[in-house]
Amino acid sequence: MSMYHTRSVTELSAMLQAGEVSSVELTRYFLDRINNNDDKLNSFITVSEEMALSQAKACDEKLKAGNAPALTGVPVAHKDIFCTHGVKTSCGSKMLDNFISPYDATVVKNMREAGVVMLGKTNMDEFAMGSSNETSYYGPVKNPWNLDTVPGGSSGGSAAAVSARLAPAATGTDTGGSIRQPAAFCGITGLKPTYGRVSRFGMVAFASSLDQAGPMGQSASDCALLLNAMAGFDEKDSTCIEKDVPDYSADLDKPLNGLRIGLPKEYFTHSDGGMNAEVETVIKTALELYRSMGAELVEIELPNSSLSVPVYYVVAPAECSANLSRFDGVRYGYRCENPKDLNDLYTRSRGEGFGAEVQRRIMVGTYALSSGYYDAYYLKAQQLRHLISDDFKKAYQQVDVIMAPATPETAFNLGAKSDDPVAMYLSDIYTIAVNLAGIPAMSIPVGFANSNSGKSMPVGMQIMGNYFKEAKLLNVAHMYQQQTDWHTRLPEEFKA
Amino acid sequence: MTAVMNSEWGQNDNGQWEVVIGLEIHAQLATRSKIFSGASTAYGAEPNTQTSVVDIALPGVLPVLNKEAVHMAVKFGMAIEAEVTDRSVFARKNYFYPDLPKGYQISQFDLPIVGKGHVTIELENGETRIIGVTRAHLEEDAGKSLHEDYHGMTGIDLNRAGTPLLEIVSEPDMRSPKEAVAYMKKIHSLVQYIGICDGNMQEGSFRCDANVSVRPRGQQEFGTRTELKNINSFRFVERAINVEIERQIELIEDGGEVVQETRLYDSVKNETRSMRSKEEANDYRYFPDPDLLPVVITDEYRQQVRGELPELPDHKKQRYVDNLGLSAYDAGVITSSLALSIYFEQVLNEVGDAKLSANWITGELSAKMNREEVDIQNAAVGAKDFALLLKRIKDNTISGKIAKDVLEAMWNGEGSADEIIESKGLKQITDTGAIEAFVDEVIANNPAQFEELKGGKEKMMGFFVGQVMKMSRGKANPAQVNELIRSKMKQ
Repeated sequence: MSMYHTRSVTELSAMLQAGEVSSVELTRYFLDRINNNDDKLNSFITVSEEMALSQAKACDEKLKAGNAPALTGVPVAHKDIFCTHGVKTSCGSKMLDNFISPYDATVVKNMREAGVVMLGKTNMDEFAMGSSNETSYYGPVKNPWNLDTVPGGSSGGSAAAVSARLAPAATGTDTGGSIRQPAAFCGITGLKPTYGRVSRFGMVAFASSLDQAGPMGQSASDCALLLNAMAGFDEKDSTCIEKDVPDYSADLDKPLNGLRIGLPKEYFTHSDGGMNAEVETVIKTALELYRSMGAELVEIELPNSSLSVPVYYVVAPAECSANLSRFDGVRYGYRCENPKDLNDLYTRSRGEGFGAEVQRRIMVGTYALSSGYYDAYYLKAQQLRHLISDDFKKAYQQVDVIMAPATPETAFNLGAKSDDPVAMYLSDIYTIAVNLAGIPAMSIPVGFANSNSGKSMPVGMQIMGNYFKEAKLLNVAHMYQQQTDWHTRLPEEFKA
Repeated sequence: MTAVMNSEWGQNDNGQWEVVIGLEIHAQLATRSKIFSGASTAYGAEPNTQTSVVDIALPGVLPVLNKEAVHMAVKFGMAIEAEVTDRSVFARKNYFYPDLPKGYQISQFDLPIVGKGHVTIELENGETRIIGVTRAHLEEDAGKSLHEDYHGMTGIDLNRAGTPLLEIVSEPDMRSPKEAVAYMKKIHSLVQYIGICDGNMQEGSFRCDANVSVRPRGQQEFGTRTELKNINSFRFVERAINVEIERQIELIEDGGEVVQETRLYDSVKNETRSMRSKEEANDYRYFPDPDLLPVVITDEYRQQVRGELPELPDHKKQRYVDNLGLSAYDAGVITSSLALSIYFEQVLNEVGDAKLSANWITGELSAKMNREEVDIQNAAVGAKDFALLLKRIKDNTISGKIAKDVLEAMWNGEGSADEIIESKGLKQITDTGAIEAFVDEVIANNPAQFEELKGGKEKMMGFFVGQVMKMSRGKANPAQVNELIRSKMKQ
């Protein structure tokens, strides 16, 4: 049997176009792979087998007719945060366990129009609130590299599925690191685009000013192909920016001579919540490789970095407290049994439908927006957010990209931080500032470290760019991946 | 803010109390689609048939601002000479209610689109007052909760959810219920003039909340106010404020204190009752809506919109007085409603006599409309038909007195003025010979009275004209009758 799961999207696309494999064949192959392996990982909430096969069949006809777009027939998985017409869209919550969306998210629509076949919907932290995928109503996802550890979150299902090659690629969303952190923990490549590059329409909102969808794949070149399909202006999203979408695959091979890489000294520290020493060693090795490719390493300052986590944990909960008000048991979603009156309907539907972490954030956000506290919390946080953005703007006058670890340590054990929300929040310490500023950033696998679980686990390096410099990030990541094979490695258990 | 003395607000006015009123008017903007979705805003459809995925707040949906709603708000700002802000911001007003699908209303809070402006109102005694408008902001309407026919449960109709509203907040500048009504009517007129609201109060397109307080005359600080919610007719505004003032004065005079609270006016019992107190009031937790960009208004846009403004009522009124010679009263009545002024101009076009047209419109026609409680759009007699009636007065086919009867018949659908005049034989007698015969007969029957008239008792003139008119069944031309009697006196 052909080992299709060892093939990149770029390769599969070429095979489909050449007629070496049909989309139905490929789709069935990955559906079987999910069926045979996902009981170990729990990376899917819904597998839409019937729909996938009928989409694949239609793709095969288009391929036969010729002139089909590059991604035609390639199976992918969507994070269960994207509304998918006729398919359950749970957002990892009991609240939406019964919700079948009557419409498609723009990302889903764009990708379908680009020819992608949807395998199913991936597991995630409830309403994307979490860094370990343990807050999902559907149970935690396991990290394919070590089933005792978490895959990261909130796009943990997508990361694990791609890492174990149950899907060639997947979509994710990133509000404070939800693409990059799980990509790092699972040893895959993930990209969070500039805020406004990809439409948020049809993506269940967590924190509207921070949420952004992006691709999660095996490599930078795969992410480029996927982003080509995902990105673009959408009149249904007022925060989407009307700006031409370049061909993200076009400049992948540009040499890196003279590339100026900024290394924020605030990120390369071992103090509280700082980077694990083994992780640092791996990152430094990767940076050396860049130097050898002609890049210049420049120490920079992002002086307001320490504000990121506190600012984020005011802004994100505040926005989420309003965004989640629509889940009230009135029109759709979970409704408690036999409500006594309106108040009972609200309190029990929400109390029973939302998990603990979601309730915690709604309460934090409600508090931060309350009369008398608004100025001290929300307004202050928004002001500090400008300082954080300004740090990056200044830095990009000096350098082309900024590099840092994606996470301070490798994947931790299941349950290790479940009882300590602050420790959990600190696992996003390197990723959050990017969302507050709205800039694009990637995580790419750069090696392994034995930092946490007693087993060698993937290390992710973060590459941050200036607004709308996704093509530059992809180029920088791709050139590294031309020199290394970290991104092609598979977890032992999922090699076959 | 000068207080108007002797303002009327009910029977308990002992002159010691001054009333302070401010209004928050909600005008539904006449856009075809909703403020944040493409669904229709048409009134009266089957429940939940005019709702998009955005209106029912499905997961993942996002609002997109309807530019026409912004256009209309800017137009209003121009019409009240207000500051239209360069940058206004939509905010989320958070509260739970079943007919509020998102759990928050998108409104504007600290940065509204229209800032300070003003309108001039005219009181019944002809005095004018300037009433300040604090601000006007854009927001979305909620749906409707239907409490009947659901077996103890509540039905939700979201057709209205997302309908654009302009909330127009006045300064606390009004000093009597009559001033409040005059202000409300002025805004009502204005929004229709500039075509941003159909003004239909039965359908709830134009409604208001009233903030009411009293204070001892001469006191600077305001008294504690109450807010009367959702009043949807001019009559109820006056009544609701009146009973609330009486309640407050009575309460204070009995040694009590007014509590800041929201009250509901019950038009059946003619009383207000408490809905919720300040303590129970929601903390709305306003914050800028991250799904919407700030609304930016450029000078260029302001200029463009200013150029689109039609002639406004104050200007039109002055023109009617200056150019058409109407009385200030008639001009005021006619220009108070755009539809009425259009009707007037159509009639004037045909008849060519401004005073006659105005008299008949503000007199007989308005009386009929008031009697039937209809507005000019629903008047039973259209402008063309009405003009024909006036033409028949002008060309002496009928007298004014007969014309009233003809109008009544027209109002009852009996036909056009000419048809009624013809079928009822109401044509005025202008044949001098025929009228003279009547005059001669009346003089012959009343010789003594005729001598008195000739002797200088002018009062007898009315008697003789009346007798002739009676004999001719109203059809004799009164001017001719007069003339003939006078000539007989000289014989």
